[in-house]
Amino acid sequence: MSEPVIEVRHLSKSFGTHVVLRDVDFTVNAGDVTCIIGASGSGKSTLLRCINLLETPTNGKVLFHGNDITAKGSDPCAYRAKVGMVFQSFNLFNNMTVLDNCTAGLRYVLHQDKETAQKTALENLEKVGMAPYIHAKPRQLSGGQKQRVAIARALAMQPEVLLFDEPTSALDPQMVGEVLAVMRQLAKEGLTMIVVTHEMAFARDVSSHVVYMADGVICEEGTPADIFEHPQNAKTVEFLSRFRQA
Amino acid sequence: MQDFFANCATVLQKYGFSYLRGAGTTLLLALVGTFFGCLIGFAVGALQTIPVDKQRDPVWKRVLLKILHIFLRCYVELFRGTPMIVQAVFIYYGLLQVFGIKMGMWQAGFFIVSINTGAYMAETVRGGIVSIDPGQTEGAKAIGMNHWQTMIHVILPQALRNIIPQIGNNFIINIKDTSVLSVISITDLFFVHKSVVGALYTYFESAAIVMVIYLTMTLFASYLLRLWEKALDGPQNYDLNTTDSLAYTSGMYNAPDPNHESQNLDMKGSAAHV
Repeated sequence: MSEPVIEVRHLSKSFGTHVVLRDVDFTVNAGDVTCIIGASGSGKSTLLRCINLLETPTNGKVLFHGNDITAKGSDPCAYRAKVGMVFQSFNLFNNMTVLDNCTAGLRYVLHQDKETAQKTALENLEKVGMAPYIHAKPRQLSGGQKQRVAIARALAMQPEVLLFDEPTSALDPQMVGEVLAVMRQLAKEGLTMIVVTHEMAFARDVSSHVVYMADGVICEEGTPADIFEHPQNAKTVEFLSRFRQA
Repeated sequence: MQDFFANCATVLQKYGFSYLRGAGTTLLLALVGTFFGCLIGFAVGALQTIPVDKQRDPVWKRVLLKILHIFLRCYVELFRGTPMIVQAVFIYYGLLQVFGIKMGMWQAGFFIVSINTGAYMAETVRGGIVSIDPGQTEGAKAIGMNHWQTMIHVILPQALRNIIPQIGNNFIINIKDTSVLSVISITDLFFVHKSVVGALYTYFESAAIVMVIYLTMTLFASYLLRLWEKALDGPQNYDLNTTDSLAYTSGMYNAPDPNHESQNLDMKGSAAHV
């Protein structure tokens, strides 16, 4: 049994009177690939954003190695440097080249010198197959290429956990393939990942743990076999029915 | 008409050098004033966009930010809402009379133009910052950058590109509006004009000369700003890199192998074009 890295405890989030997350509770262990699935609007992305403190939880805690990072006085920047995030809309820095995008965090946050940072960046760009494009600006790349650079940027920080917020939702089927291939490789290398996704095949084949969310609560969680072969909850059965027929 | 050109020639012959010096003073005031005005604008813009987290930030920080916001608001409204000519007189003679500080011509000129431009630029920069996709801020936060790192490395460079036309506007306005500083005896182009007509009574001729000089300066400024915009956009194309020495194709750069040490990946660095 590996030790828990991220523990979400009784997390709630509301925007005004609109409750998005209700008493969400789950644990991610080192080396886990956790996929969060569910219909749009079920609170998956908000949960992920709460884990990275891009949203402040209304109630509850997020523990990182047992330390409450939602507590007053904890440093969100230091925490985020260890927990990377990949966005649906890539969010590459438009004013920088591919290489500068990947060295920015290393140089300005971790204060590494330029050469060391470029070396690390290049290794990670190579891993995602984007090394030839180091001089390109984001606007000159395709969606799949941008997302692979975004993954390299996050990896360059050598994060303990990598969060993916619907990384393939803005891509065409071919680009989805190239991004998922990179993610499969990372899973194989043992990186701890939390993936919000609509790619059911990826969730079934790659993840070690699947969380199904509906209406801001966790309906069901378990191994991919539990969820995809023997779903217990009626909502899960219904949500997965289309995928399982296919 | 014959008279006009003859008079122009006389005026130029006698005072040509004074006009040039006046033009130089005007240009320097406008340049320095716009530059520091932009710095003030960027600082105010970045300060105004410090995020406040109601749950996590301590009370004193929120109170401090509130006071700061009110102060910056007052600054912007005060200097945007009053004419520069009045500000010049108010500040110059106010400092002299109340504090006994006598500012030199350059000091006074730079100070007044900078602080006035800063008030306009503050709003422009804030608009520039707000116009940048929030995803850029989130991307920066997600790799651990704080507000200032995000501003300096990600947001402000992009905001700067978007507000260059507005900076250009301010620069051109400053070239013209520094003429009001002649009220505190700054010998800019307009001051020279006034002195010349005081001596020769050639109102029309001198005005014509001064018009041409102002127009030349502003046209040249517009042209330079266009060039700057293009330079900031960077090249439209990029070259591919390859570490495989057998795979050289035209238009490729030879990047050093990441597995070997020493390397320099700057665009204009030592990378050899093959």
